[in-house]
Amino acid sequence: MTTHYLVLSALLFAIGAVGVLVRRNAIVVFMCVELMLNACNLAFVTFARQHGNLDGQIIAFFVMVVAAAEVVIGLAIIVMIFRTRRSASVDDANLLKY
Amino acid sequence: MPWLSTLMAVPVLGAVGVSLVKSDKLAKQLALAISLVVLVLTGVLAAQFNPTSGTRFQFAEVYDWIPRFGVHYGVGVDGIALVLIALSVVLVPIVILASWHDADGTGANAPPKRSVKTYFALLLVLEAMMIGVFASTDVFLFYVFFEAMLIPMYFMIGSYGGAQRSYAAVKFLLYSLFGGLLMLVAVIALYVIAEKGTFMFPELIGAIQDPTTQKWLFAGFFIAFAVKAPLWPFHTWLPDAAAQAPAGAAVLLVGVLDKVGTYGMLRFCLELFPDASKFFTPLVIVLSVVGIIYGAIVAIGQTDIKRLIAYTSISHFGFIAMGVFAMTANAGAGATLYMVNHGFSTGSLFLIAGFLIYRRGSSQIADYGGVQKVAPVLAGTFLIAGLSSLSLPGLSSFVSEFMVLIGTYEIHPVPAIIATTGVILAAVYVLWMYQRMMTGPTAESVKLFPDLDIREKWVVAPLIAVIIAVGFFPKPLLDVINPAVDKTLSTVQVDQFTPAVADKKGAGQ
Amino acid sequence: MQSPVEIIPHSSGVVGVSWLMIVLPLLGAAILLLSGRRTDRWGHFLGVAMVLASFVVAVASFVELLGLPEDQRRMGVALYQFIPGMADMGLLIDPLSISFALLITGVGSLIHIYSIGYMSHDPDRRRFFAYLNLFVAAMLLLVLADNYVALFIGWEGVGLASYLLIGFWQHKPSAAAAAKKAFIVNRVGDFGLLIAIFTIWTTFGSVAFAKVFPLAGEASNGTMTAVGLLLLLGACGKSAQLPLQSWLLDAMEGPTPVSALIHAATMVTAGVYLIVRSGAFFEVAPTAQLVVTIVGVATLLAGAIIGSAKDDIKKGLAGSTMSQIGYMMLAAGIGPAGYAFAIAHLITHGFFKANLFLGAGSVMHGMNDEVDMRRYGGLFPVMRITAITFIIGYLAIIGFPLLSGYFTKDGIIETAMEHNQILGWLAVLGAGLTGFYMSRMVFMTFFGKKRWADDAHPHESPAVMTVPLILLSIGSIFLGAFLILGNRFMKFLAPAVGLPEELPVFHFGSTAGLATLALVAVGAVFAWFRYGAADVPEVAPRGSFLTTFARRDLYGDALNETLLMRPGQWLTRFAVFFDNRGVDGLVNGLAATIGGTSGRLRRIQTGYVRSYALSILFGAAVVVGALLYVGNM
Repeated sequence: MTTHYLVLSALLFAIGAVGVLVRRNAIVVFMCVELMLNACNLAFVTFARQHGNLDGQIIAFFVMVVAAAEVVIGLAIIVMIFRTRRSASVDDANLLKY
Repeated sequence: MPWLSTLMAVPVLGAVGVSLVKSDKLAKQLALAISLVVLVLTGVLAAQFNPTSGTRFQFAEVYDWIPRFGVHYGVGVDGIALVLIALSVVLVPIVILASWHDADGTGANAPPKRSVKTYFALLLVLEAMMIGVFASTDVFLFYVFFEAMLIPMYFMIGSYGGAQRSYAAVKFLLYSLFGGLLMLVAVIALYVIAEKGTFMFPELIGAIQDPTTQKWLFAGFFIAFAVKAPLWPFHTWLPDAAAQAPAGAAVLLVGVLDKVGTYGMLRFCLELFPDASKFFTPLVIVLSVVGIIYGAIVAIGQTDIKRLIAYTSISHFGFIAMGVFAMTANAGAGATLYMVNHGFSTGSLFLIAGFLIYRRGSSQIADYGGVQKVAPVLAGTFLIAGLSSLSLPGLSSFVSEFMVLIGTYEIHPVPAIIATTGVILAAVYVLWMYQRMMTGPTAESVKLFPDLDIREKWVVAPLIAVIIAVGFFPKPLLDVINPAVDKTLSTVQVDQFTPAVADKKGAGQ
Repeated sequence: MQSPVEIIPHSSGVVGVSWLMIVLPLLGAAILLLSGRRTDRWGHFLGVAMVLASFVVAVASFVELLGLPEDQRRMGVALYQFIPGMADMGLLIDPLSISFALLITGVGSLIHIYSIGYMSHDPDRRRFFAYLNLFVAAMLLLVLADNYVALFIGWEGVGLASYLLIGFWQHKPSAAAAAKKAFIVNRVGDFGLLIAIFTIWTTFGSVAFAKVFPLAGEASNGTMTAVGLLLLLGACGKSAQLPLQSWLLDAMEGPTPVSALIHAATMVTAGVYLIVRSGAFFEVAPTAQLVVTIVGVATLLAGAIIGSAKDDIKKGLAGSTMSQIGYMMLAAGIGPAGYAFAIAHLITHGFFKANLFLGAGSVMHGMNDEVDMRRYGGLFPVMRITAITFIIGYLAIIGFPLLSGYFTKDGIIETAMEHNQILGWLAVLGAGLTGFYMSRMVFMTFFGKKRWADDAHPHESPAVMTVPLILLSIGSIFLGAFLILGNRFMKFLAPAVGLPEELPVFHFGSTAGLATLALVAVGAVFAWFRYGAADVPEVAPRGSFLTTFARRDLYGDALNETLLMRPGQWLTRFAVFFDNRGVDGLVNGLAATIGGTSGRLRRIQTGYVRSYALSILFGAAVVVGALLYVGNM
C-alpha cells in the first residue's frame, strides 16, 4: 500500500510549510523549504511505484538537481545578507516593499 | 512623383540630420532650412491642386501595409486636408524661428539649458506626423498618426516646459490616450462590422447602415475627437498643457494638433456615420455653445496669459465644432476656414506672449503693465493678434466666425444667437488683457523691455500678413475649401436651407 | 410715395475709381504705422494729404453724380468677390452715401489740418494721424458699402479706430479703460447688427442692398420688425443712444480732435445712416419705427439733461451730441418724411459740432489742457477768433433763426409734430434745454469773471487751428438754409431714400417753431442769470437731486455696474472656480481615486517574506480546493 507514504509526504510538506511561515532564521526557513521539496520527492517516487512507471522518479531527480542549485544560490544570498546586515532573520530583510 | 510621401520624408530625414550635426547653431539653421524646403514643396503641391476636379483625393498614393487586415499606407488630399497641411507647414518654420533661444538656457529669465538638437528634431518629426495625419486616407493609418503625434509633443512639454511640466505632460498624454483607445476600438469594430476587408476611408463610406451600430461607432470616434479638439467638458488638459509647454510647442499643440479633432469630426464622424451624426447633432451643438460661452467666461477670469489664450481657444473650438455639426455649406466652409485662421491668430498670440514671457520671466498678467510705452511694436502686434482672436472684421477670424454663425443660423437660429454673444465676451477678454498688460503707467519690471528684434519681427510679420490678407480676401482659400465641404455634405445628405422670400431672379448672388 | 430708384452697375468715370476714397486714407494709415519713427517729421502731412485726396475724389464723384439724370443716380461699383456665394465687396454711390462721404472727408480734412497744430507737442503725432486716417477709411467703407457684410467691416473698423484713438494716451489708465468700454459697448450693438444680418440672409438669401430692399415688402411683418429692432440695437451702440449711451461720455479721454471726429463726421452718425439706409425694412415695420422714435426722443432729453450739469466742457458737448443724434434718430424713425431732415441735421450738426469741439480744443490748448469750465471765464478778449467761431457754432446748435441748426432742427420738430404730438412737444422741450446748456457753456467759458488757474496764460491758437474753425463756422451759418429751403436736399436724396407723398413747405413762424424759439430764449436767459451775470463758484456746489442725477450721467454707469458688471464678475469668478474644482476637479478626482486605491493596495507588499509565503500557501489552497470542487461536480 502506498497510502502511508503519501500521508508521510503530506505531513513532511505541512511541517516544512509551517516552518517557512513561522521561523525567522533564514537558515531554518531554507531547511524547511528543502523539507517541502523532499516531501514532494517522496510523493513523486510513491506515485511512480503506484503507477508502475519511472516518470515520477525522473522528476524526483530533476527536483534534486534544482534543489542543489537553489541551495548554492540561496546560501550565497543568505551569507551576503548576513555580512551586510549582521543578521540572518528574514524579517530584517524587508527592503523590497511598497 | 509621390508628393505627400516626400513631404513627410523630408522632415523625418531632416530630424535625423539635425540630431547628428555637431553644433547647436548648425542644428537650428538646418531645421529652419528643412522646414522651409517643406514649405516650398507644399507650395508647389498646392499650385498643382485642382479644387474643381472630379477626383476627390488628389496626389493619392496607396500601398499595402498589412495586407492580411487590409491596412494600407494610403495618402491623398482634398481641399480640407490641403489647407490644414498648408497651415502646419507655414507654422513650423515660424515656430522654429520663434523657439530659437528657448532651449539655449541663455537670457536672464530663460528656462535652464536642455538639448537644443533634440528640441528641433522633435519639431521636425512632429511636422511629418501632422502632414501624415491630415493626408491619411486609410482609417488605420490615420489612427497611427493620431496617436504617434502624442509622442513628440509629450517630450516637448515634458522636457522643455515650465515648472509644472511633468504634471501637464502626463495629463495631456493620458487624456489623449484615453480618447485614442476608444477610437481604436471603434476603428477595429468598423473594420469587422463593415466586412469590406479594408481600412481605406473612401471604401468605408456608407458601409455601416445599422443605426444602433452607427451610434456606438460614432461615439467611439467622437469622444476621441472631442478630447483632442477639445470640446467642453473634455477641455481641462488644454490650459495645463498649453500653459506649461514652451510657446512654440503651444502654438503647434493648439494651432494644429487640436485641429485634428475637429478635422476628424468633419471627415470621419460625418461621412462614416451620417445618420448617427444627425442623431447626435443637438447634443454636439449644445456642447459647442456651452463651450463657446464657458470658455470665454473662464478666459475673462484668468490671471495667466497662456492659460487665458488656451481658454479662448476652447471658445473658438466651440465655434468650429458648431460649424461642423450645423451641416450647412456656409457653416462647414466657415468651420474649415476657422481651423486655419485660428491656427494663425492664436499662434501669433502664443508666440508674442512667449516673447513677453522670455523678457519678463513670468506669465502672470499682473506682472506686466504699460508695455506699449517701451515696446510699441510688440504691443501693436499683440493687439492685432488679439483683435483677430476677437474676430474683428478685416482680420481673418471674422470671415470664418461670420460664416459659421450665419451657416448655423440658417437652420439652428437659437444656438447661433447664443453663440453670437461670444463676440461680446471675446472683446472683454482680449481688451481687458491688453489693458492690463500693455496700457497704463509702465511697470518697474518692464521698464527695460527691448522692442521686437529682427528675428522676432520675422516671426510675427508673416502671421500678421496672412491674418490681414485672408481677412480682406478669403476667396483663394474658400475656393479650395468649398468644393471639398460640399462633397462631404453631399455624402451626409442634408437639406440646404432656402430663403424665406425667394428672389424672382434666382436666389443668392 | 415715390420709391428709390434701382441700383445700376457702373464701372467707368470717377465713380469707377471711387474705391480710391477708401484706399487712400487706408494706405496712409498703413504707411504711417509701418514706417516707424522714420516718418515722424512729415507723417502728419501725408495723413492730411491722403484725406484731402479722398475729399477730392468724393467731390469729383459728387459732380459726376449730379451730371446724371435723377433715375440713374444710384451706381453700384463692383470690386471683388469677398465671401463667394454670399457677399461681394462693392460700393454704392448714391445721393445718401455721397452726402456722407463729403461730410466725412470734408470735415475730416479740416480736423486733420487742425490736429497738426493741436498735436504738435505730442511725440506720437505720426501714430495719431495713422489712426485718424484709419478712422476716415473705415467710416467711408461703412457708408459706401453696397451690402451689409461690407458695411459691417466698416462698422467694426470704426469701432477699432475709435478704440485706438480714445485710448491714444494709453499711459493714462482712465483713457485705456474708456477705450475698452467704448469698444465693448459698441460690440453689444454689433451683436444686434450681426443677428440682423443673419436674419436678412436667411430671409432673402442675400445681403446686398440691391437684392434685399425691393423684397422687403414680401417678408413677414414679424421678421421685418425683428430686423428693424436688431438694426436699432446696432445703431444705438454706434450712435450712443439709450441704453448704450454710456461709452460716449468716457470717450472724452481721447485727444480733442478725436472727439470732434467721433461726434461730428464719423462714428455716431453711423447709426443714423444705418436706419436711413435700411428705410425699406423700417417702412414695413411700423412697430420698429415707433421704437426708433421713442429711443430718439428719450436720448435727446437724456443727453440734454446730462449736458446741463457737466462742468467739463468736452463732456458738456458730448451730452449735446447725444441729444442732437437723438433728434436725427427721431426723424429717421418717422420715415421718408423725416429722412432728409435727419441727414440734413446730421450734416449741419457735423459742421457746428466740429466747430464747437475744435473750439473747445483751442480753448484747452491755450489753457494748459484745462477742461473744467469753472476754471475758465472771461476768455473772449484773449482768444477772439476761437470765441467768435465758437459762438457761431453755439448759435447754430441752439437754432438761432437763419443759422444752420434753425432750419434742420425746426424741420425735424415740425415733422415730428405732424407725426405724433407727444414726440413733437418733447422735442421742443429738448430744444429749450439745448438753449440752456449751450448758453451756460458759452457764458462760463468766454464771459464773466476770470477764474483761471495761477499758471494759465491763455493765448490764441495758431492759424493751422483757427482757419479750420473759420471754415467750419461759415458752414454752420449758411448750410442749413441752403439744404432746407426749397426742399433742395430732400429732392437730392430722393433717388436713394424716396420722397414723401407731399413735400413739406418751410414757413417761418409756425406754432412749433415759435414755441421752440421761445423755450430756447427762456433757457438762454436763465443760463445768463445763473452763469453770466452771477459769479460761478470755482468748486461745483452740491446742487439739487436733479443736478446730481445729471452729473452722474443719469446713473447709467451705476446701472450698468449693478446690473451687468457685478453679476458678470461673480459669474466669471464662479466659472473659474467651477472649472478648477468642478470639471478639472472631476478629472483630477478620478486620477486621485485610482492613485489612492493603488496606494492602498500597495500596502499589501509588506516586504516580509513570511507573509508572502502565507499568501502563496493560501492561494495554492484555494486553487487546489477549486480543482477538487470542479473535479467532483
